[in-house]
This record gives sequence, C-alpha cells and structure tokens, in this order.
Amino acid sequence: MVEAAIIVPAILNGLTTGAVYALVALGLTLIYGVLHIINFAHGALLMVALYGVYFLYALAGIDPYLALPVMVPAMFALGYVLQRYVIGRAGHGKDENVMLVTLGLSIVIENLALYLWSSDTRTIETAYGFSTVDLGVALIAVPKAIAFVGALTVTALLWAVMRWTDLGKAIRALARERRGAQLVGINVEHLYAMSFGIGIACLGAAACLLLPSYYASPHIGRAFVLIAFTIVVLGGMGSFVGALVGGLIIGVTESLGGLFFGESLGKIGVFIIFIVVLLFRPTGLFGQRA
Amino acid sequence: MSLGNRGYSLSRRRFLTSTAVGGLAVASGAIGMPYVARAATPVKVGIIHPVTGGVSYSGTQGRAGAMMAVDDINAAGGIKSLGGAKIDALLTDAQSKADVAASEIEKYNDAGVSAVVGGYASFICLATTQAAAKHGIPYVVDVGTDDRIVKAGLKNTFRFSPGYGVFVDTAVPTLDQINSAAGKPVKTAIIVHEDKAFGTGTAKLLQEKLPGIGVKVLDVIAHPTPNLDFNNIVLRIKAAKPDIVIPADYYNEYVLLARTMLQQKVRPKAIYSVLGGAASQYKFVHDFPEAAAYIMDCNHWYNPHKEAAQTLRKKTQAKGLYYTYEVFLNYEAVMLLADALERAASTDRAKIIDALASSEWSGHFMPYGPTKFVNGQNTGARAVNLQVQNNDIKVILPPEFANAKPIFPMPA
Repeated sequence: MVEAAIIVPAILNGLTTGAVYALVALGLTLIYGVLHIINFAHGALLMVALYGVYFLYALAGIDPYLALPVMVPAMFALGYVLQRYVIGRAGHGKDENVMLVTLGLSIVIENLALYLWSSDTRTIETAYGFSTVDLGVALIAVPKAIAFVGALTVTALLWAVMRWTDLGKAIRALARERRGAQLVGINVEHLYAMSFGIGIACLGAAACLLLPSYYASPHIGRAFVLIAFTIVVLGGMGSFVGALVGGLIIGVTESLGGLFFGESLGKIGVFIIFIVVLLFRPTGLFGQRA
Repeated sequence: MSLGNRGYSLSRRRFLTSTAVGGLAVASGAIGMPYVARAATPVKVGIIHPVTGGVSYSGTQGRAGAMMAVDDINAAGGIKSLGGAKIDALLTDAQSKADVAASEIEKYNDAGVSAVVGGYASFICLATTQAAAKHGIPYVVDVGTDDRIVKAGLKNTFRFSPGYGVFVDTAVPTLDQINSAAGKPVKTAIIVHEDKAFGTGTAKLLQEKLPGIGVKVLDVIAHPTPNLDFNNIVLRIKAAKPDIVIPADYYNEYVLLARTMLQQKVRPKAIYSVLGGAASQYKFVHDFPEAAAYIMDCNHWYNPHKEAAQTLRKKTQAKGLYYTYEVFLNYEAVMLLADALERAASTDRAKIIDALASSEWSGHFMPYGPTKFVNGQNTGARAVNLQVQNNDIKVILPPEFANAKPIFPMPA
C-alpha cells in the first residue's frame, strides 16, 4: 500500500513539524523546570500569539517573519505580567492552586477570543506560501523549511542564554535550589516571572513560524498543547535538549503513524510513546530526576 | 423569556418598535387618526440559529440572512392580508446544541410565536422540528440537509432547500455528464473525507456509485477534524496519481488540503466535491484564489440570472459579510413563510401550516421551480454544480441556470 518513495518525504515532513512542536514544548519545559508548574494556559497563549501575528499582517501588513521582533518581546511581556501579577499572586505558592489558575486562564482566554474574534478561522496568504524547496527526494514547503531552521535557531539561542549569561545562571540556580538562590540575593519573584516570560516568548516565535502554513482559531492551541505535554514527558521534564529531540521524534512518529494507520489513528503512536515512557523511563530521555 | 440577552438586535429592535408604536399612538390620538392606533399586531416569528459553539460561523451567517428578509418584508409594508402587520423576529441562540435548541422552542411556544424559521445544522433541526411539532408550530427548515428531518412524518415541518439524497443523486450523474462531454479523461478517483457522519456518509455513497459511471476508486482516506497537516495525505495522493480528488470535509481542512496539493504540485484533472466545505465559499476564493481555482462542487446555490439574488449579494457584502448559502437560504426561508402568512391571512398556526403545505411560491431567486411540498420537502428544490472560475463562483450545470461552461479537465 505505502510506497518507499513516500516514506522519505513523510520523515522530512515529520521533522519540520516536529521542530515547531519542539519550540512549543520548549516554553513548557522551561516553565516546568524552573517554576515546577504545568502551564495549562500554554495552548491558549499560543493561540493569542497566532492572532497577534495574524493581526499584524492583516492590519499593518507586517510579514509573519518580520513580526518576530514584535511578537517575541510582546509575548515575553505578557508572560512576565501574567506570572508576576496573576498566576504568582493567585497561586499562593501552592502547586494545585497554580494548576487551577492556569487552567482557568486558558478557559477565560479561549472564550474571550471566541467572543472578540468569533470562531471564524483566520489564514494569511503570502507570496512564498505555495513555494517549495526541491530536495530531490521530496518537496518541502518554504514556510515549513523556514519554521524548521527557525525553531532550531531559537532552541540554540535559548540554550546559549541559559548556559552562558548571568540571567541563565540565575535561572538555573533557582531551578535547582530556591532557598539557596534567595540566600545569594537572587530576586525570586522577578526571576520566576522572567522564566515564565521567556517560555511564553517561545510561543511568540512559534506563532510567527507557524502562521504562514497554519491558521488561527480560538481552539487551535489545544491541538498543539497535548502534543507538547507528550514531548516534555518524552524528553524529560525541564530538559531543553530533551524537548528538541522529543519534538523531532514525536513529529516523525506522528507523520509515519498517519501514513501507516491513516490520519484518524495517526496520533496513536504518539500516545503509545507517552505511555511507554511513563512506564519504563518516567524521567524521560534526558531528564535527571523525576 | 430571556431571549433578549442573547439576541443581538432583539432588545434594541423591540425597544425601537415599541417606542415607535407608542409614539405613533400618542401622535395619532392627538391629531385624531384612530386608523393608525389600530395598526395590526405584529406576527411573532421565532428565528433560531447556533450563533455560538461549534457551528457558530454558519449560524451567524444564517441569522444575518433571515434578518435581512424580515427587514425587507417590514420595509415593504409588512403582511398585507393582516393589515400590514410587521414581523416581530424573536432571535434565539441554539448554542450548537440539540437539547438547548429544543428547549428554546418551548420558550417560543410560551411567547406565542406563529412560526419558527432556522436551525441550520441537521442535528439541531431534528430536535427543533420535533419540539415544534408537539405544539403544532409551523417550522421552516433553512438548511439541515439530513433527510430524516422530513421523513419523520411531522405535519409542521417544511424544508425549502434540497436534502442530502438529492445532492448525491445529482452529483454523480453530473460528474458523468461533465466527464463524458470531455471524452472521459477521468477514470480513477481518491476520496478524502473527515471521519464523522457527514464525511464518512458521503464517502460511502460515492464509493458505491462511482464505479457505475466508470470511475474506479483507488483509495479512501479518512482524517480527523481538526487535522493540522495534510502532507502525508497529499503524498499518498501523489503516489496513487488519481484523475480526480473528491474531498468531503469541513472548511479548514478543505482549505489546508487544497493548499497542500498546490504546494506539493499535485494537480489532478479535477477536484470535485459534494456539499464541499470550502468549494462554494467566497471566503476561500478570496483568501486563496490560486488554490481554489477550477474546483467544482455540487451544492446549494442561487439562480445567478435573478436580479433579486444579486441585489441581496450586494447588500450582504455591504454589511461586510460573505454571501454564503446560509445567508440566501435563510432569506428565502423567511420569504417563503411571509408568502404563506399572506395567503393564510391569519396568525393561527394550523392555518399557516395549511398555507405552507399548499404553497406554490415562485417569487424566489433559487434555481427551483414553484414550491410544491410533499411530506414537508419542497420537491422542486434542486442542487446545482458550481466551479471556481476567474476568482468567482459560477454555476456550470444545469444549463438553464448556468452562467459559465465547465472548464474540465482543469488547466495544468
């Protein structure tokens, strides 16, 4: 039924999709790694970012890729404010409170979007939207190729920031030992908000890379966030390299699953991985400890 | 009755009418014109659509169409046989839920409506027509293509537009007609469908009927809704090289499929659909002219030669809306009811049902004959074939309503 000639393009397609999944998961894993909370509003915030990119294009004519310098800081600011003044305050330091707050936020944000922008889907058409890169074995759509490169670049940048800057060192210190970080004079509330902001800024980048080939609608976030959770579990909670590798694995699994089992059953492979990892390696591929 | 809080124009509309009527009454009393003071009581008509929830886009479009008809009727002097009675539209949101829709009909009954129009989705119409039947409320179905709606033996239910069976019965022979006229270039097909009732049902019927016109079905590919990536499906289509691709999915997936096919340079001889999710949507044609070009569809449409249809199109566009089938089918559903009210000369529900049952209305702009209802279905209703040409949607068949010839196979 499935010819060999399709498998290579399907794998490449899975890799390009997986890189963007990884970018979404990266924010989630950073927030988990530092704040030890699961951000249920991640999907809803991705949706907000997609609408942001859409409106920048539709109203101001800004190309989605040129919107990166606007969207990344804007989403960072949104994330910072949310953590510092909403999630942090309402959470009172309890994990279950924070979970409920982020879940509540996601419901409020999605319904606000439904109210303000209706359930109508928004797409944009760019000059390069239908262009493809011919790799010989496969045609890769230009927006997907850009998304792949972009996602890898953002991951590398984030990794470098965490590794070599003072901010990165402080965040890592905070992630490892909250009390210790406080004792050496790290402003915990500020850094928590910074981490949340950076995690949400990843969504701003993901939205710019996604919109040329996808669409914005109030419920679009849900489709991504479940996959992102799986990637975080597979890669190891809090691990950047894990998020990237996990994203690529999930992308390829989903793509091949769709090819062999049909699109309706295609995601089955993703969730089998999820269960197997939880059963046999609960720390994930690159996780240090649960 | 709490209709006002959801109906966007109800409270304002009622406020305006009541103050206007009140004002008129005072004025006429003062200047001694009792004729105006006795102005006919408005006819209460329930207009129900899913304006929130999963199918809210279609519901909102439908409501806009129905309200344009109400405004036109009232502006033209109301129902003349009732002394110029205006139509008082009670707007309700079915919330894309069958149980909510059915309970809204109960509220309509308490409010004393003479008739109800709308429903949009089949699953809503199935519930609302049943609920309305309990109270003998005449119900005009606006879209609801499921044929079970008119097969339940409900005396109160009338559907002006064609049902599902008509579309499938029209789509396959017309495809044969188009294919034969071009020397039968299409011999193989792939069906891509969403995996719920609408897509699966369409795919199954097509799979049975296509071999009868000499078209072999190479593959049937199902996908969920939403489906974010069509690359794999398109790769499978590319490998199978069918002459024709037949999509049966909703708007977003239809658009993604057409875009991905264009990207992967998959150009079959035709893309043809039955009640296509995007094929007959101006939004698709406007947003992605290149991907939409030459796609054919068997769907609801207006008669392009009728002046009134074009006038409504301009009016709809002036409101910033796309002229979709929900708009014109709802407009015509309200107009059909107005014709029945005119002939019934009464707001009595039973008399309106009789007037609808004996309706021979020909004042519409659809590609149908005069209305003739058999068991609630307008037997004159037909499906037409459409094709996207020159960034517009053209009728290509049947010839008497066509405003363009089929371009088939589509240019490479």
